[in-house]
Amino acid sequence: MESALDAVRREAAAHGATSVTRIVLRIGAISGVEPDALRFAFEAVSPDTLAAGARLEIETIPARAHCGACQREFVIEQGFIFTCPNCGAFSGDVRSGRELELARLEFPAPTP
Amino acid sequence: MTNETAPLPSGVHINALSGALPRPARTLSGPLSAEISAALATSPGGEVAVRSVDLNVPLLERNDILAERNRGYFLGRGLAALNLVSSPGAGKTTLLERTLDEFGRETKCGVLVGDLETDNDGRRLNRPFAPVAQITTGTVCHLDASMVARAAESINLDGVRILFIENVGNLVCPASFDLGEQVRVVLLSTTEGEDKPLKYPPIFKSAHLVLLTKIDVADVLGFQREVAVDNIRRIAPQAKIIQLSARTGEGLPEWYGFLRSLAPAR
Repeated sequence: MESALDAVRREAAAHGATSVTRIVLRIGAISGVEPDALRFAFEAVSPDTLAAGARLEIETIPARAHCGACQREFVIEQGFIFTCPNCGAFSGDVRSGRELELARLEFPAPTP
Repeated sequence: MTNETAPLPSGVHINALSGALPRPARTLSGPLSAEISAALATSPGGEVAVRSVDLNVPLLERNDILAERNRGYFLGRGLAALNLVSSPGAGKTTLLERTLDEFGRETKCGVLVGDLETDNDGRRLNRPFAPVAQITTGTVCHLDASMVARAAESINLDGVRILFIENVGNLVCPASFDLGEQVRVVLLSTTEGEDKPLKYPPIFKSAHLVLLTKIDVADVLGFQREVAVDNIRRIAPQAKIIQLSARTGEGLPEWYGFLRSLAPAR
């Protein structure tokens, strides 16, 4: 969360904003980041920052792997063994689900 | 009047003085729609300023940034860095000793070795023809990219083609710390049992190469090689697997062949 807030600070400054109303994070299902833990951390570290009171939204990206034998992608349901539902082969070729991104920021409209 | 009206030429204003119709309610969707609708409802001019920016910037932890820096540094020096991880006592140091004495005589190697305390391993690996740096981490249970950067800068890497980074013996935490290595090697010794990959999947998941070590005593221990290999394949189908013994030398030619394939041509 600290690195997320650093990015928020940096991007807000780059856009000339002094506070943030909404933060959208994009988190892959196998990124190792737990959305609940992230929300908890946000509650803990945001109050004294420019993100105080901001709404935190987390978009989860499902994990997908590619099966070399079938030449197709499949969704990884859970666990560490990625088995192709079509042929049963194991895959280590992860195509999505490791994302950890600051997707969007929204700032309050400047008062005229 | 449902169609979009064409924009008026600049300077032209229309102001209904009497019989003004209420402004048509607009249905909005997308980001900030609720805020925009609320602002529009109270805005006399029907205009609001909205600031929403799409960024899509990756969030990198400090270690990831330093690891990428290390990767560039190693690449620039023309050497291949290997991160060796395993539980304590799987045979990392013993394998490196023999590797330096055999492979290290044909191809110049360097070693960065991490332990919580003592420079025992650094001294064991000390060879006149191979630069070695010992990293003592104190209480830290893994190496990180900044420790590796400092250690790599402390030794003369001129001519080194292969840099072994012997991580702190730990099957958990080193999985999360990229050191900027080109290849991650996970060692699994026969004394640990066949099911370690299933119990500690993240570190095996990240492996490019898995070395099944102490294979010479597999039979004595009742270690089932096929079961171990099958477990590794489930977790890490991408990984190459080499079965070897640093004591008898079984499998070492294959290991040296792998190292040779990494040593960048000069």
